[in-house]
Amino acid sequence: MKTDIILAGVGGQGILSIAAALGSAALTNNLYMKQAETHGMSQRGGDVQSYMRISDQPIYSDLIAKGTADIILSVEPMEALRYLPYLREGGYVVTNATPFINIPNYPDVDQLMNTLKALPHQVIIDADSIAKEAAGNVRASNFVMLGAASPFIEIPFEYLEEGIRAIFSRKGEEIVEMNLKALRAGREFAQNY
Amino acid sequence: MQKQLLLGVEAIAQGAIDSGISGVYAYPGTPSTEITEYIQNSKEAIARNVHRAWAANEKTAMESALGMSYAGKRALVCMKHVGMNVAADCFMNAAITGANGGMVVTAADDPSMHSSQNEQDSRVYGKFALVPTLEPSNQQEAYEMTRYGFALSETVGSPVLMRITTRLAHSRSGVETHDGLAENHLHLPEDKRQFVLLPAIARKRYKLLLDKQADFIKASEQSPFNQYIDGSDKSLGIIACGITYNYLLENFDGGCIYPVVKVSQYPLPRKMIKRLLRECKQILVLEEGYPVVEEMLKGYPGKENIMGRLDGTLPRDGELNPDLVGKALCFQTREGAPVPEIVMPRPPALCTGCSHRDVYKALNEVIATYGEGRVFSDIGCYTLGALPPFQAINSCVDMGASITMAKGACDAGLFPTVAVIGDSTFTHSGMTGLLDAVNEKTPITVIISDNESISMTGGQESSALGKIESICQGIGVEPEHIRVLMPVPKNHDELCRIIREELEYKGVSVIIPRRVCIQKAARDAKKSKK
Repeated sequence: MKTDIILAGVGGQGILSIAAALGSAALTNNLYMKQAETHGMSQRGGDVQSYMRISDQPIYSDLIAKGTADIILSVEPMEALRYLPYLREGGYVVTNATPFINIPNYPDVDQLMNTLKALPHQVIIDADSIAKEAAGNVRASNFVMLGAASPFIEIPFEYLEEGIRAIFSRKGEEIVEMNLKALRAGREFAQNY
Repeated sequence: MQKQLLLGVEAIAQGAIDSGISGVYAYPGTPSTEITEYIQNSKEAIARNVHRAWAANEKTAMESALGMSYAGKRALVCMKHVGMNVAADCFMNAAITGANGGMVVTAADDPSMHSSQNEQDSRVYGKFALVPTLEPSNQQEAYEMTRYGFALSETVGSPVLMRITTRLAHSRSGVETHDGLAENHLHLPEDKRQFVLLPAIARKRYKLLLDKQADFIKASEQSPFNQYIDGSDKSLGIIACGITYNYLLENFDGGCIYPVVKVSQYPLPRKMIKRLLRECKQILVLEEGYPVVEEMLKGYPGKENIMGRLDGTLPRDGELNPDLVGKALCFQTREGAPVPEIVMPRPPALCTGCSHRDVYKALNEVIATYGEGRVFSDIGCYTLGALPPFQAINSCVDMGASITMAKGACDAGLFPTVAVIGDSTFTHSGMTGLLDAVNEKTPITVIISDNESISMTGGQESSALGKIESICQGIGVEPEHIRVLMPVPKNHDELCRIIREELEYKGVSVIIPRRVCIQKAARDAKKSKK
C-alpha cells in the first residue's frame, strides 16, 4: 500500500497537527513515512503545504511528483485548488468549506464552491460546524478533516485513532476524546457524502 | 536501538547529542533553526549541560565552537547558508588551524529561496576551505553522518562541513538512533602554537592542509555514504549528490537501470567518478544548488557528454524534484489538472496587530513629504514591509546592511535617509555600522523596530533584549536622539512627530518603537496558563 497526500492551508491554520497524527500512526505500525513541510517566511499568513507519504515499502523522495498524489487534504477551500496539478487521475480533494480571507483579491466564494463541486472526486465539508457539534470545540476541526479523508487513506482507521491518542496523550483524556470524536464525525460525513 | 520521527535537522541534532558534543553554537535562520532548538529542549543535553544558548551571530558562534574544539571538546555549529558568509573569516582559517576536539559545521542551504535572499551553495565553501564536506541524502543518513562527521573531524584533525538543503532539513521520517558516546575530557592541543596563525606558522599549517587532501579523497572513497551502484545500461552514467539520489530512485520501479555514483561526501570519490566516466557514454550530474560537480567534470573546454544544469538538461536555478529529474531522464512525466484561474496568490504578510505595521504606517506618512526611495531595511519579519499594503522599504540585502547602506546613500548626498532594522539584527551586525555613522556624524535616522524576539524564525530570544539603549549610548549616539515609544494606533501621531523631528536632525538618531511580537506574546500567555 502507498498513499501520497498533499496537506494544504494557510500559515497558522495548524495543518502540521494533522501530519503529526498521521506520522505517529505510520511509525507505530512500522510503515515507512516521509513528510516535508514549510517553515520560515511563508508561514506568516501565506499559503503552506506539506507533502505526506505513507507506504509499506521504502520511500525515496520527500516531495510528491506532479499528477501522482492520491489526496489533497486542505483546511481552506481556495488552497485545495492550488495543488490540483499534483493530484492523480481519480484522486480525491477533501477540503474544509470555510474560506480564510486575508487577501484583498480573494475570489467570489460561490464561484469558488462551484469550481470545487465541479471536480470529479471531492468532499467539501463544513469542518468547523461539525467540530463544534460533534466534539464541542471548533479547534478540533483539523481532525474532522483527517476523518473526512480517512476513507481514502490506505491505512486502517484504528491506526489514525492511535495516532491521535499518541500525540494528545500528554494533554489528558478529555482532549484525546474530543479529537477522536472529531475524527469519527469527519469519517462518517465522508462515508455518507 | 530506537526509532523516532525526526525532521532532517532534528536527526542532525540527535546525532550531535549522541556524538558527545559539549556545545552547540548557532544563530537562528531557516532552515537550520530547529537543530539548536532540539538540543535546547533535549532532556539529555540539559542533563549534561551541553552549551546551547544562541549566539549573537554566526561568526561569534563559529569562533566559540573553534574555541571549544581547541580545548579538546566536541562542538556543533549551525546556520543557514548566508550565515556562512558572516562566519567565513573564522571558517576559512579554522581549516588551517585544524580541529582538536571534533567540530562539525552545518550549513542549511535554501535552493529556490523559500525563506532566503539567495541560493548560494555551501559546498563551494567546503571546497574553498579545503575541508571534508558531507551531504546526507535522507534523515537516517543525517543522523549517521553527523556521528561520522565528528569521528572524521577528530581522525583527520579538521573541521567538517555538513551541507543540507531545505527539503531534507524540513522533512520528517523515522530515524533509528543508537547509544551515544561520552563527551571528551578537556585536553589542549599537543602543539600549543597550532592555533597561532602567524605567517610562519600559517604557512606550515596550510602545507599540512594541502597534504591532507589526499587523505580526504581516500576517506571519500572509503566512505560508507558514497557508493558505486552498477547498472545494466551504460549509455548513461549518473552522479547523484545528496537528496537528488531520492529523486532519481523515485523515477524507477526496482532500481535505476544506469550505473550511479551516489555522492554524500566530498572531495569527490575519485576512483568511482573515474570508473563512471570510463564506462559510460554520457554522464548526467544531479545536484541541488550550483553545478559544482558538473563544472568540475565539464572543465573549461566544456566536455559535451557531461549533462546537468549548465547545458539546459536541468534548470540552472531552483531546487530539483522528481519531475525535473524524470524529464532529464527523458521519461514521460505526469501532470494533474491545471490550477483554476480563480486561485489567487497568497503571499506572506505581517501579522494582524504586529508592531511593525504601526511603524510602517507612521514612516510612510512622514516620508511621503520627502519623496520615496530613501528607506533601507534589513533581514527579518519587517522585510515584509516591502509588500503591499506598505511598500515602505527600498532595500534588503544582508544582516545589518540597512544602517550602512543608509549611511552610504547619505554620504552620496541623499538626505534624509532611514534605516529600518530589527532588534536582533541590530545586535547581529548593525552595531558596527552604527559606530561608523557616529564617528562620522552621518545624519541618518535608524529605526530599531524592537519586538523583543527573533520572530521570523519562531521567536527565539534576542541578544538585544533590554540592551538597545545602552548599546546605542555606548556607541556614542546622543541620549536626546535615542527616542523610545510604544507603537500602537493611539501613539500614531506621536510616532510621526518623533520620526519627523529626527529626520530633520543633522546627526545620528535612533528611534526605538518597542512592543513585543504578538506571536511571542500569545505563546508566552499560553505557557503561563499551563
